[in-house]
Amino acid sequence: MEEQRPLTSRPVPAAQPVERVENLKVRMQTKSLSVYYGKKLGVGNVTMPIYANKVTALIGPSGCGKTTFLRALNRMHDLTPIAHIEGEAILDGQNIYAPGVDPVEVRRKIGMVFQRPNPFPTLTIYDNVVAGLKLLGVNKKSILDEAAERSLHQSALWDEVKDRLRAPGMSLSGGQQQRLCIARALAVQPEVMLMDEPTSALDPISTQAIEDLMTTLKEHVTIAIVTHNMQQAARVSDFTGYFLTGELVEFGPTNTLFTAPKDPRTEAYITGRFG
Amino acid sequence: MMRAPVNGNLRRRQLWDKVMLGLLILGSLIVVAPLLLVLGKVFVTGFSAINLAFFTQDFQPVEAGGGGLRHAIIGTVLMNLLALLIGGVLGLAGGILLSEYPDHPVNPTLRVISDLLNGLPALLKGLVIYTLVVITTGRFSGVAGALALGLIMVPIVLRATEGVLKLVPWSVREAGLGLGLPRWRVILSLVLPAASSGVITGLMLGFARAAGEAAPLYFTAGGSQFLNFNLGQQTESLALTIYKYANEPSPLRVEQAWAAALVLTLLVLIASLLARWVTRAR
Repeated sequence: MEEQRPLTSRPVPAAQPVERVENLKVRMQTKSLSVYYGKKLGVGNVTMPIYANKVTALIGPSGCGKTTFLRALNRMHDLTPIAHIEGEAILDGQNIYAPGVDPVEVRRKIGMVFQRPNPFPTLTIYDNVVAGLKLLGVNKKSILDEAAERSLHQSALWDEVKDRLRAPGMSLSGGQQQRLCIARALAVQPEVMLMDEPTSALDPISTQAIEDLMTTLKEHVTIAIVTHNMQQAARVSDFTGYFLTGELVEFGPTNTLFTAPKDPRTEAYITGRFG
Repeated sequence: MMRAPVNGNLRRRQLWDKVMLGLLILGSLIVVAPLLLVLGKVFVTGFSAINLAFFTQDFQPVEAGGGGLRHAIIGTVLMNLLALLIGGVLGLAGGILLSEYPDHPVNPTLRVISDLLNGLPALLKGLVIYTLVVITTGRFSGVAGALALGLIMVPIVLRATEGVLKLVPWSVREAGLGLGLPRWRVILSLVLPAASSGVITGLMLGFARAAGEAAPLYFTAGGSQFLNFNLGQQTESLALTIYKYANEPSPLRVEQAWAAALVLTLLVLIASLLARWVTRAR
Protein backbone atom coordinates (compact mmCIF):
# COMPACT_ATOMS: atom_id res chain seq x y z
CA MET A 1 0.00 0.00 0.00
CA GLU A 2 1.23 3.40 -0.90
CA GLU A 3 2.19 5.80 1.81
CA GLN A 4 -0.61 8.29 2.51
CA ARG A 5 0.59 11.84 2.37
CA PRO A 6 -1.08 14.23 4.76
CA LEU A 7 -2.79 16.97 2.80
CA THR A 8 -1.66 19.78 5.00
CA SER A 9 2.11 19.42 4.89
CA ARG A 10 3.10 18.62 1.38
CA PRO A 11 6.74 17.77 0.92
CA VAL A 12 8.86 20.53 -0.45
CA PRO A 13 10.17 19.44 -3.85
CA ALA A 14 13.69 18.17 -3.57
CA ALA A 15 16.24 20.75 -4.58
CA GLN A 16 16.72 20.42 -8.31
CA PRO A 17 20.09 20.67 -9.95
CA VAL A 18 20.63 24.28 -10.83
CA GLU A 19 19.53 24.97 -14.38
CA ARG A 20 20.86 28.05 -16.01
CA VAL A 21 18.06 30.09 -17.48
CA GLU A 22 20.18 30.90 -20.53
CA ASN A 23 20.29 27.21 -21.41
CA LEU A 24 16.54 26.72 -21.36
CA LYS A 25 14.62 26.38 -24.58
CA VAL A 26 12.08 29.13 -25.17
CA ARG A 27 8.81 27.63 -26.48
CA MET A 28 6.84 30.85 -26.72
CA GLN A 29 7.71 34.45 -26.45
CA THR A 30 5.75 37.67 -26.53
CA LYS A 31 7.17 40.93 -27.79
CA SER A 32 5.40 44.12 -26.72
CA LEU A 33 2.09 42.29 -26.79
CA SER A 34 -0.90 44.52 -26.03
CA VAL A 35 -4.59 43.70 -26.02
CA TYR A 36 -7.17 46.45 -26.47
CA TYR A 37 -10.91 46.26 -25.97
CA GLY A 38 -12.09 49.00 -28.25
CA LYS A 39 -9.92 51.90 -27.15
CA LYS A 40 -9.42 50.58 -23.66
CA LEU A 41 -6.13 48.85 -22.93
CA GLY A 42 -6.62 45.39 -21.41
CA VAL A 43 -2.99 44.48 -21.02
CA GLY A 44 -0.10 46.44 -22.41
CA ASN A 45 3.34 45.94 -23.79
CA VAL A 46 4.13 42.52 -22.34
CA THR A 47 7.45 41.00 -23.28
CA MET A 48 8.13 37.66 -21.65
CA PRO A 49 9.33 34.16 -22.49
CA ILE A 50 7.53 30.90 -21.81
CA TYR A 51 10.15 28.21 -21.40
CA ALA A 52 9.70 24.78 -22.88
CA ASN A 53 8.64 21.99 -20.50
CA LYS A 54 8.31 24.39 -17.62
CA VAL A 55 5.31 25.71 -15.77
CA THR A 56 4.94 29.47 -16.03
CA ALA A 57 2.51 31.10 -13.62
CA LEU A 58 0.79 34.42 -14.26
CA ILE A 59 -0.28 36.00 -10.99
CA GLY A 60 -1.81 39.28 -9.93
CA PRO A 61 -4.97 40.76 -8.44
CA SER A 62 -8.35 40.54 -10.17
CA GLY A 63 -8.59 42.65 -13.29
CA CYS A 64 -4.84 42.92 -13.72
CA GLY A 65 -4.93 41.50 -17.25
CA LYS A 66 -3.41 38.07 -16.65
CA THR A 67 -6.32 36.17 -18.20
CA THR A 68 -6.51 38.68 -21.05
CA PHE A 69 -2.83 38.05 -21.71
CA LEU A 70 -3.21 34.27 -21.53
CA ARG A 71 -6.08 34.29 -24.01
CA ALA A 72 -3.96 36.34 -26.40
CA LEU A 73 -1.49 33.45 -26.52
CA ASN A 74 -3.79 31.24 -28.60
CA ARG A 75 -5.81 33.90 -30.36
CA MET A 76 -8.94 33.41 -28.31
CA HIS A 77 -9.59 37.14 -28.61
CA ASP A 78 -10.27 36.66 -32.32
CA LEU A 79 -13.86 35.88 -31.31
CA THR A 80 -14.35 39.19 -29.54
CA PRO A 81 -14.95 41.65 -32.35
CA ILE A 82 -13.94 44.71 -30.32
CA ALA A 83 -10.66 43.18 -29.16
CA HIS A 84 -7.53 43.93 -31.06
CA ILE A 85 -3.93 42.92 -30.57
CA GLU A 86 -0.64 44.69 -31.10
CA GLY A 87 2.84 43.24 -30.84
CA GLU A 88 3.91 39.67 -31.36
CA ALA A 89 3.41 36.30 -29.79
CA ILE A 90 5.99 33.91 -31.16
CA LEU A 91 5.64 30.13 -31.07
CA ASP A 92 8.75 28.28 -32.21
CA GLY A 93 9.95 31.24 -34.23
CA GLN A 94 6.60 32.02 -35.87
CA ASN A 95 4.52 35.05 -34.88
CA ILE A 96 1.02 33.69 -34.43
CA TYR A 97 -0.42 37.10 -35.29
CA ALA A 98 1.47 37.37 -38.58
CA PRO A 99 -0.80 37.83 -41.59
CA GLY A 100 -1.77 34.53 -43.16
CA VAL A 101 -1.45 32.52 -39.97
CA ASP A 102 -4.59 30.46 -39.41
CA PRO A 103 -5.86 30.84 -35.83
CA VAL A 104 -7.25 27.31 -36.04
CA GLU A 105 -3.72 25.97 -36.65
CA VAL A 106 -2.42 28.05 -33.76
CA ARG A 107 -5.02 26.66 -31.38
CA ARG A 108 -4.22 23.14 -32.49
CA LYS A 109 -0.70 23.63 -31.14
CA ILE A 110 -1.69 25.70 -28.12
CA GLY A 111 -4.44 24.04 -26.11
CA MET A 112 -6.51 25.60 -23.38
CA VAL A 113 -8.13 24.58 -20.12
CA PHE A 114 -10.71 26.94 -18.71
CA GLN A 115 -11.70 28.23 -15.31
CA ARG A 116 -14.87 26.18 -15.12
CA PRO A 117 -14.85 22.58 -16.25
CA ASN A 118 -16.62 22.57 -19.62
CA PRO A 119 -17.03 19.04 -20.94
CA PHE A 120 -19.16 18.84 -24.07
CA PRO A 121 -22.60 18.34 -22.56
CA THR A 122 -23.94 15.75 -24.99
CA LEU A 123 -20.86 13.53 -25.21
CA THR A 124 -19.64 10.53 -23.24
CA ILE A 125 -16.38 10.52 -21.31
CA TYR A 126 -14.64 8.71 -24.16
CA ASP A 127 -16.11 10.96 -26.84
CA ASN A 128 -15.16 14.06 -24.88
CA VAL A 129 -11.52 12.97 -24.81
CA VAL A 130 -11.33 12.11 -28.50
CA ALA A 131 -13.64 14.91 -29.67
CA GLY A 132 -10.73 16.97 -30.97
CA LEU A 133 -9.20 14.10 -32.94
CA LYS A 134 -12.53 12.85 -34.25
CA LEU A 135 -13.67 16.24 -35.45
CA LEU A 136 -10.29 16.82 -37.03
CA GLY A 137 -10.94 13.74 -39.14
CA VAL A 138 -9.27 10.89 -37.27
CA ASN A 139 -11.62 7.92 -37.56
CA LYS A 140 -9.48 4.88 -36.90
CA LYS A 141 -10.70 3.24 -33.73
CA SER A 142 -7.30 1.95 -32.67
CA ILE A 143 -5.79 5.43 -32.85
CA LEU A 144 -8.70 6.96 -30.94
CA ASP A 145 -8.63 4.25 -28.27
CA GLU A 146 -4.91 4.68 -27.84
CA ALA A 147 -5.21 8.47 -27.60
CA ALA A 148 -8.08 8.25 -25.11
CA GLU A 149 -6.18 5.89 -22.84
CA ARG A 150 -2.93 7.85 -23.06
CA SER A 151 -4.62 11.20 -22.36
CA LEU A 152 -6.68 9.85 -19.49
CA HIS A 153 -3.55 8.33 -17.97
CA GLN A 154 -1.71 11.62 -18.35
CA SER A 155 -4.54 13.49 -16.69
CA ALA A 156 -4.63 10.91 -13.87
CA LEU A 157 -8.25 10.07 -14.57
CA TRP A 158 -7.91 6.65 -16.20
CA ASP A 159 -8.30 4.54 -13.08
CA GLU A 160 -11.43 6.39 -12.07
CA VAL A 161 -13.24 6.19 -15.41
CA LYS A 162 -11.85 3.16 -17.25
CA ASP A 163 -14.95 1.10 -16.46
CA ARG A 164 -17.46 3.73 -17.54
CA LEU A 165 -16.00 5.39 -20.59
CA ARG A 166 -19.48 5.41 -22.16
CA ALA A 167 -21.04 7.37 -19.30
CA PRO A 168 -21.84 11.04 -19.98
CA GLY A 169 -18.96 13.42 -19.29
CA MET A 170 -21.33 15.49 -17.20
CA SER A 171 -21.81 12.58 -14.76
CA LEU A 172 -18.33 13.14 -13.30
CA SER A 173 -17.57 15.31 -10.28
CA GLY A 174 -16.25 18.83 -10.81
CA GLY A 175 -12.64 17.84 -10.24
CA GLN A 176 -12.96 14.84 -12.52
CA GLN A 177 -14.62 17.00 -15.17
CA GLN A 178 -11.68 19.37 -15.07
CA ARG A 179 -9.23 16.48 -15.49
CA LEU A 180 -11.44 15.25 -18.33
CA CYS A 181 -11.03 18.67 -19.95
CA ILE A 182 -7.28 18.40 -19.47
CA ALA A 183 -7.33 14.95 -21.08
CA ARG A 184 -9.39 16.35 -23.94
CA ALA A 185 -6.82 19.09 -24.49
CA LEU A 186 -3.93 16.61 -24.26
CA ALA A 187 -5.47 14.21 -26.78
CA VAL A 188 -4.65 16.50 -29.69
CA GLN A 189 -1.04 16.65 -28.42
CA PRO A 190 -0.54 20.40 -28.13
CA GLU A 191 2.90 21.90 -27.62
CA VAL A 192 1.66 24.42 -25.11
CA MET A 193 -1.19 24.18 -22.65
CA LEU A 194 -2.78 27.35 -21.34
CA MET A 195 -4.66 27.00 -18.07
CA ASP A 196 -6.95 29.78 -16.93
CA GLU A 197 -7.40 29.38 -13.17
CA PRO A 198 -8.06 25.67 -13.67
CA THR A 199 -8.66 24.95 -9.99
CA SER A 200 -10.59 28.01 -8.85
CA ALA A 201 -13.93 26.17 -9.07
CA LEU A 202 -12.63 23.00 -7.40
CA ASP A 203 -12.33 21.60 -3.89
CA PRO A 204 -8.90 21.21 -2.23
CA ILE A 205 -8.47 17.53 -3.06
CA SER A 206 -9.24 18.02 -6.75
CA THR A 207 -6.97 21.05 -6.69
CA GLN A 208 -4.13 18.96 -5.37
CA ALA A 209 -4.73 16.29 -7.99
CA ILE A 210 -4.48 18.88 -10.74
CA GLU A 211 -1.42 20.53 -9.24
CA ASP A 212 0.33 17.15 -9.04
CA LEU A 213 -0.69 16.59 -12.60
CA MET A 214 0.99 19.75 -13.84
CA THR A 215 4.30 18.62 -12.41
CA THR A 216 4.22 15.39 -14.41
CA LEU A 217 2.60 16.92 -17.49
CA LYS A 218 5.40 19.37 -18.09
CA GLU A 219 7.54 16.52 -19.34
CA HIS A 220 5.27 16.46 -22.39
CA VAL A 221 3.96 19.99 -22.72
CA THR A 222 4.80 23.52 -21.84
CA ILE A 223 2.33 24.97 -19.36
CA ALA A 224 1.24 28.53 -18.70
CA ILE A 225 -1.20 28.91 -15.84
CA VAL A 226 -3.16 31.90 -14.61
CA THR A 227 -3.86 31.77 -10.92
CA HIS A 228 -4.82 34.26 -8.26
CA ASN A 229 -3.61 31.84 -5.64
CA MET A 230 -0.03 32.75 -4.86
CA GLN A 231 0.60 29.55 -2.94
CA GLN A 232 -0.42 27.62 -5.99
CA ALA A 233 1.98 29.58 -8.16
CA ALA A 234 4.74 28.93 -5.64
CA ARG A 235 3.93 25.22 -5.51
CA VAL A 236 3.64 24.39 -9.17
CA SER A 237 5.51 26.91 -11.25
CA ASP A 238 9.09 27.28 -12.37
CA PHE A 239 8.67 30.84 -13.59
CA THR A 240 6.27 33.53 -12.51
CA GLY A 241 5.07 36.76 -14.04
CA TYR A 242 3.38 39.32 -11.81
CA PHE A 243 0.74 41.47 -13.48
CA LEU A 244 -0.76 44.66 -12.12
CA THR A 245 -3.23 47.01 -13.82
CA GLY A 246 -2.57 45.67 -17.28
CA GLU A 247 1.19 45.63 -17.02
CA LEU A 248 3.79 42.92 -16.45
CA VAL A 249 5.55 44.21 -13.37
CA GLU A 250 8.10 41.49 -12.91
CA PHE A 251 9.05 38.18 -14.45
CA GLY A 252 11.56 35.66 -13.15
CA PRO A 253 12.18 32.22 -11.74
CA THR A 254 9.49 31.49 -9.17
CA ASN A 255 12.01 31.02 -6.34
CA THR A 256 13.61 34.37 -6.97
CA LEU A 257 10.36 36.23 -7.48
CA PHE A 258 8.89 34.96 -4.26
CA THR A 259 11.98 35.28 -2.10
CA ALA A 260 13.75 38.30 -3.54
CA PRO A 261 11.38 40.36 -5.69
CA LYS A 262 13.07 43.23 -7.45
CA ASP A 263 10.03 45.50 -7.71
CA PRO A 264 8.49 46.92 -4.52
CA ARG A 265 5.00 46.37 -6.00
CA THR A 266 5.70 42.65 -6.37
CA GLU A 267 6.93 42.52 -2.83
CA ALA A 268 3.83 44.29 -1.56
CA TYR A 269 1.64 41.75 -3.32
CA ILE A 270 3.43 38.56 -2.34
CA THR A 271 3.82 39.61 1.27
CA GLY A 272 0.06 40.16 1.34
CA ARG A 273 0.08 43.88 1.87
CA PHE A 274 -2.53 44.24 -0.84
CA GLY A 275 -4.46 42.20 -3.36
CA MET B 1 -42.14 39.00 22.34
CA MET B 2 -41.11 38.75 18.72
CA ARG B 3 -42.83 35.47 17.95
CA ALA B 4 -46.42 36.54 17.51
CA PRO B 5 -45.98 38.99 14.59
CA VAL B 6 -43.62 36.59 12.81
CA ASN B 7 -46.18 33.84 13.08
CA GLY B 8 -48.99 36.07 11.88
CA ASN B 9 -46.85 37.04 8.92
CA LEU B 10 -46.11 33.43 8.15
CA ARG B 11 -49.77 32.47 8.18
CA ARG B 12 -50.60 35.37 5.88
CA ARG B 13 -47.85 34.37 3.48
CA GLN B 14 -48.98 30.77 3.45
CA LEU B 15 -52.52 31.92 2.67
CA TRP B 16 -51.26 34.13 -0.16
CA ASP B 17 -49.22 31.25 -1.45
CA LYS B 18 -52.34 29.10 -1.68
CA VAL B 19 -54.38 31.88 -3.31
CA MET B 20 -51.69 32.50 -5.92
CA LEU B 21 -51.26 28.82 -6.65
CA GLY B 22 -55.01 28.54 -7.10
CA LEU B 23 -55.01 31.47 -9.54
CA LEU B 24 -52.18 29.90 -11.52
CA ILE B 25 -54.01 26.60 -11.81
CA LEU B 26 -57.21 28.39 -12.81
CA GLY B 27 -55.34 30.40 -15.46
CA SER B 28 -53.73 27.28 -16.87
CA LEU B 29 -57.11 25.58 -17.09
CA ILE B 30 -58.64 28.54 -18.91
CA VAL B 31 -55.83 28.40 -21.45
CA VAL B 32 -55.87 24.64 -21.91
CA ALA B 33 -59.66 24.12 -21.84
CA PRO B 34 -60.48 25.33 -25.39
CA LEU B 35 -57.63 23.24 -26.76
CA LEU B 36 -58.92 20.15 -24.98
CA LEU B 37 -62.45 20.85 -26.20
CA VAL B 38 -61.30 21.12 -29.81
CA LEU B 39 -59.16 18.00 -29.54
CA GLY B 40 -61.98 16.12 -27.85
CA LYS B 41 -64.47 17.06 -30.53
CA VAL B 42 -62.02 16.13 -33.31
CA PHE B 43 -61.31 12.76 -31.73
CA VAL B 44 -64.89 11.83 -30.97
CA THR B 45 -66.44 12.98 -34.23
CA GLY B 46 -63.49 12.06 -36.40
CA PHE B 47 -63.06 8.62 -34.96
CA SER B 48 -66.58 7.51 -35.82
CA ALA B 49 -66.05 8.46 -39.46
CA ILE B 50 -62.82 6.53 -39.90
CA ASN B 51 -62.88 3.14 -41.56
CA LEU B 52 -60.46 1.05 -43.56
CA ALA B 53 -61.59 2.51 -46.88
CA PHE B 54 -60.53 5.89 -45.57
CA PHE B 55 -56.89 4.79 -45.77
CA THR B 56 -57.05 2.44 -48.77
CA GLN B 57 -59.20 4.36 -51.26
CA ASP B 58 -58.83 7.64 -53.05
CA PHE B 59 -61.42 10.20 -54.00
CA GLN B 60 -64.77 8.89 -55.23
CA PRO B 61 -68.06 10.65 -55.77
CA VAL B 62 -70.51 10.58 -52.90
CA GLU B 63 -72.84 8.43 -55.02
CA ALA B 64 -70.08 5.81 -55.28
CA GLY B 65 -69.59 5.69 -51.53
CA GLY B 66 -67.31 8.70 -51.18
CA GLY B 67 -64.06 6.71 -51.30
CA GLY B 68 -61.21 7.50 -48.96
CA LEU B 69 -58.45 10.01 -48.45
CA ARG B 70 -55.35 7.98 -49.19
CA HIS B 71 -54.37 10.48 -51.89
CA ALA B 72 -54.59 13.36 -49.44
CA ILE B 73 -52.66 11.57 -46.70
CA ILE B 74 -49.83 10.64 -49.07
CA GLY B 75 -49.84 14.15 -50.53
CA THR B 76 -49.71 15.74 -47.09
CA VAL B 77 -46.83 13.56 -45.95
CA LEU B 78 -44.75 14.06 -49.10
CA MET B 79 -45.40 17.77 -49.38
CA ASN B 80 -44.73 18.41 -45.70
CA LEU B 81 -41.51 16.39 -45.73
CA LEU B 82 -40.22 18.45 -48.64
CA ALA B 83 -41.40 21.61 -46.86
CA LEU B 84 -39.59 20.48 -43.72
CA LEU B 85 -36.42 20.03 -45.75
CA ILE B 86 -36.72 23.47 -47.37
CA GLY B 87 -37.90 25.37 -44.31
CA GLY B 88 -35.64 23.42 -41.98
CA VAL B 89 -32.45 24.03 -43.92
CA LEU B 90 -33.15 27.72 -44.51
CA GLY B 91 -34.42 28.30 -40.98
CA LEU B 92 -31.46 26.49 -39.40
CA ALA B 93 -28.99 28.36 -41.56
CA GLY B 94 -30.56 31.71 -40.68
CA GLY B 95 -30.76 30.85 -36.98
CA ILE B 96 -27.11 29.79 -36.92
CA LEU B 97 -26.07 32.98 -38.68
CA LEU B 98 -27.98 35.20 -36.25
CA SER B 99 -26.78 33.38 -33.15
CA GLU B 100 -23.21 32.41 -34.01
CA TYR B 101 -22.15 35.35 -36.16
CA PRO B 102 -23.95 38.19 -34.40
CA ASP B 103 -21.86 40.84 -36.15
CA HIS B 104 -22.35 39.59 -39.67
CA PRO B 105 -23.41 42.47 -41.93
CA VAL B 106 -26.43 40.67 -43.39
CA ASN B 107 -27.96 40.05 -39.97
CA PRO B 108 -30.06 43.22 -39.58
CA THR B 109 -31.61 42.58 -43.01
CA LEU B 110 -32.14 38.91 -42.23
CA ARG B 111 -33.87 39.80 -38.99
CA VAL B 112 -36.24 42.24 -40.70
CA ILE B 113 -37.07 39.76 -43.46
CA SER B 114 -37.69 37.02 -40.92
CA ASP B 115 -39.98 39.27 -38.88
CA LEU B 116 -41.88 40.32 -41.99
CA LEU B 117 -42.20 36.74 -43.10
CA ASN B 118 -43.50 35.83 -39.68
CA GLY B 119 -46.17 38.51 -39.84
CA LEU B 120 -47.16 37.89 -43.45
CA PRO B 121 -50.42 35.93 -43.79
CA ALA B 122 -49.90 32.42 -45.11
CA LEU B 123 -52.23 33.26 -47.96
CA LEU B 124 -49.80 35.90 -49.21
CA LYS B 125 -46.91 33.47 -49.01
CA GLY B 126 -48.95 31.22 -51.26
CA LEU B 127 -49.43 34.13 -53.67
CA VAL B 128 -45.70 34.81 -53.69
CA ILE B 129 -44.99 31.22 -54.69
CA TYR B 130 -47.87 31.35 -57.17
CA THR B 131 -46.27 34.33 -58.88
CA LEU B 132 -42.73 33.01 -58.75
CA VAL B 133 -43.24 29.30 -59.38
CA VAL B 134 -46.72 28.43 -60.59
CA ILE B 135 -46.88 31.13 -63.24
CA THR B 136 -43.30 30.48 -64.32
CA THR B 137 -43.70 26.72 -64.62
CA GLY B 138 -47.23 27.04 -65.93
CA ARG B 139 -48.85 24.62 -63.51
CA PHE B 140 -49.81 23.81 -59.96
CA SER B 141 -47.50 21.30 -58.30
CA GLY B 142 -46.64 19.66 -55.01
CA VAL B 143 -43.24 21.31 -55.19
CA ALA B 144 -44.83 24.75 -55.31
CA GLY B 145 -47.01 23.74 -52.36
CA ALA B 146 -43.95 22.57 -50.42
CA LEU B 147 -42.19 25.85 -51.17
CA ALA B 148 -45.13 27.81 -49.79
CA LEU B 149 -45.24 25.64 -46.68
CA GLY B 150 -41.46 25.92 -46.34
CA LEU B 151 -41.79 29.69 -46.44
CA ILE B 152 -44.23 29.43 -43.52
CA MET B 153 -41.75 27.33 -41.57
CA VAL B 154 -38.65 29.45 -42.13
CA PRO B 155 -39.29 32.27 -39.63
CA ILE B 156 -40.53 29.86 -36.97
CA VAL B 157 -37.52 27.56 -37.26
CA LEU B 158 -35.15 30.51 -37.57
CA ARG B 159 -36.32 32.20 -34.39
CA ALA B 160 -36.39 28.97 -32.41
CA THR B 161 -32.91 27.99 -33.59
CA GLU B 162 -31.45 31.38 -32.78
CA GLY B 163 -33.00 31.26 -29.33
CA VAL B 164 -31.82 27.81 -28.31
CA LEU B 165 -28.33 28.24 -29.78
CA LYS B 166 -27.91 31.34 -27.66
CA LEU B 167 -28.72 29.22 -24.61
CA VAL B 168 -25.74 26.94 -25.25
CA PRO B 169 -23.01 28.16 -22.90
CA TRP B 170 -20.25 30.13 -24.54
CA SER B 171 -17.80 27.75 -22.85
CA VAL B 172 -18.81 24.96 -25.24
CA ARG B 173 -17.65 27.04 -28.20
CA GLU B 174 -14.45 28.05 -26.43
CA ALA B 175 -13.68 24.45 -25.54
CA GLY B 176 -14.11 23.40 -29.16
CA LEU B 177 -12.06 26.27 -30.56
CA GLY B 178 -9.40 25.62 -27.93
CA LEU B 179 -8.97 22.15 -29.40
CA GLY B 180 -8.02 23.71 -32.71
CA LEU B 181 -11.32 23.02 -34.45
CA PRO B 182 -12.57 25.32 -37.18
CA ARG B 183 -15.56 27.42 -36.25
CA TRP B 184 -18.05 25.72 -38.56
CA ARG B 185 -17.05 22.36 -37.07
CA VAL B 186 -17.61 23.64 -33.55
CA ILE B 187 -21.05 24.97 -34.50
CA LEU B 188 -22.23 21.91 -36.40
CA SER B 189 -20.71 19.17 -34.25
CA LEU B 190 -20.73 20.64 -30.77
CA VAL B 191 -23.08 23.61 -30.40
CA LEU B 192 -25.96 22.32 -32.51
CA PRO B 193 -26.07 18.88 -30.82
CA ALA B 194 -26.01 20.58 -27.42
CA ALA B 195 -29.16 22.44 -28.48
CA SER B 196 -30.69 19.56 -30.40
CA SER B 197 -33.85 19.13 -28.37
CA GLY B 198 -34.68 22.83 -28.72
CA VAL B 199 -33.89 22.82 -32.43
CA ILE B 200 -36.14 19.79 -32.92
CA THR B 201 -38.92 21.55 -31.03
CA GLY B 202 -38.56 24.52 -33.37
CA LEU B 203 -38.67 22.26 -36.42
CA MET B 204 -41.78 20.54 -35.06
CA LEU B 205 -43.51 23.84 -34.34
CA GLY B 206 -42.88 24.91 -37.89
CA PHE B 207 -43.91 21.54 -39.24
CA ALA B 208 -47.17 21.50 -37.28
CA ARG B 209 -47.97 25.04 -38.34
CA ALA B 210 -47.35 24.26 -42.01
CA ALA B 211 -49.25 20.99 -41.90
CA GLY B 212 -52.43 22.81 -40.91
CA GLU B 213 -52.29 25.41 -43.68
CA ALA B 214 -54.87 25.16 -46.46
CA ALA B 215 -55.02 28.64 -47.93
CA PRO B 216 -51.53 28.89 -49.50
CA LEU B 217 -51.94 25.45 -51.08
CA TYR B 218 -54.93 26.61 -53.10
CA PHE B 219 -52.85 28.42 -55.67
CA THR B 220 -49.69 26.35 -55.33
CA ALA B 221 -50.37 22.63 -54.86
CA GLY B 222 -53.75 23.05 -56.47
CA GLY B 223 -55.34 20.01 -54.88
CA SER B 224 -56.08 16.73 -56.61
CA GLN B 225 -58.49 13.83 -56.61
CA PHE B 226 -55.94 11.20 -57.54
CA LEU B 227 -53.22 9.32 -55.78
CA ASN B 228 -49.90 10.72 -56.84
CA PHE B 229 -46.34 10.23 -55.60
CA ASN B 230 -44.88 12.80 -57.95
CA LEU B 231 -44.66 16.26 -56.43
CA GLY B 232 -44.26 17.67 -59.92
CA GLN B 233 -48.02 17.08 -60.28
CA GLN B 234 -50.98 18.73 -58.62
CA THR B 235 -51.16 17.41 -55.09
CA GLU B 236 -53.87 17.08 -52.48
CA SER B 237 -53.36 17.88 -48.80
CA LEU B 238 -55.51 16.98 -45.81
CA ALA B 239 -55.85 20.64 -44.85
CA LEU B 240 -57.25 21.37 -48.31
CA THR B 241 -59.59 18.39 -48.06
CA ILE B 242 -60.91 19.56 -44.70
CA TYR B 243 -61.67 22.99 -46.10
CA LYS B 244 -63.37 21.67 -49.25
CA TYR B 245 -65.33 18.83 -47.66
CA ALA B 246 -66.52 20.87 -44.68
CA ASN B 247 -68.28 23.18 -47.13
CA GLU B 248 -70.03 20.42 -49.05
CA PRO B 249 -73.74 19.72 -48.54
CA SER B 250 -73.32 15.96 -48.24
CA PRO B 251 -73.18 14.79 -44.58
CA LEU B 252 -70.76 12.08 -45.70
CA ARG B 253 -68.25 14.71 -46.85
CA VAL B 254 -68.58 16.61 -43.57
CA GLU B 255 -67.90 13.40 -41.69
CA GLN B 256 -64.88 12.76 -43.87
CA ALA B 257 -63.64 16.27 -43.11
CA TRP B 258 -63.76 15.45 -39.39
CA ALA B 259 -61.88 12.24 -40.01
CA ALA B 260 -59.32 14.14 -42.06
CA ALA B 261 -58.87 16.57 -39.16
CA LEU B 262 -58.26 13.65 -36.82
CA VAL B 263 -55.73 12.05 -39.16
CA LEU B 264 -53.91 15.37 -39.61
CA THR B 265 -53.74 15.83 -35.85
CA LEU B 266 -52.41 12.31 -35.43
CA LEU B 267 -49.81 12.83 -38.17
CA VAL B 268 -48.46 15.90 -36.39
CA LEU B 269 -48.54 14.05 -33.08
CA ILE B 270 -46.66 11.08 -34.51
CA ALA B 271 -44.07 13.34 -36.15
CA SER B 272 -43.52 15.17 -32.91
CA LEU B 273 -43.25 11.99 -30.84
CA LEU B 274 -40.87 10.54 -33.39
CA ALA B 275 -38.68 13.64 -33.19
CA ARG B 276 -38.66 13.45 -29.38
CA TRP B 277 -37.72 9.81 -29.51
CA VAL B 278 -34.89 10.40 -31.95
CA THR B 279 -33.34 13.10 -29.77
CA ARG B 280 -33.85 11.04 -26.62
CA ALA B 281 -32.01 8.09 -28.16
CA ARG B 282 -28.78 10.04 -28.53
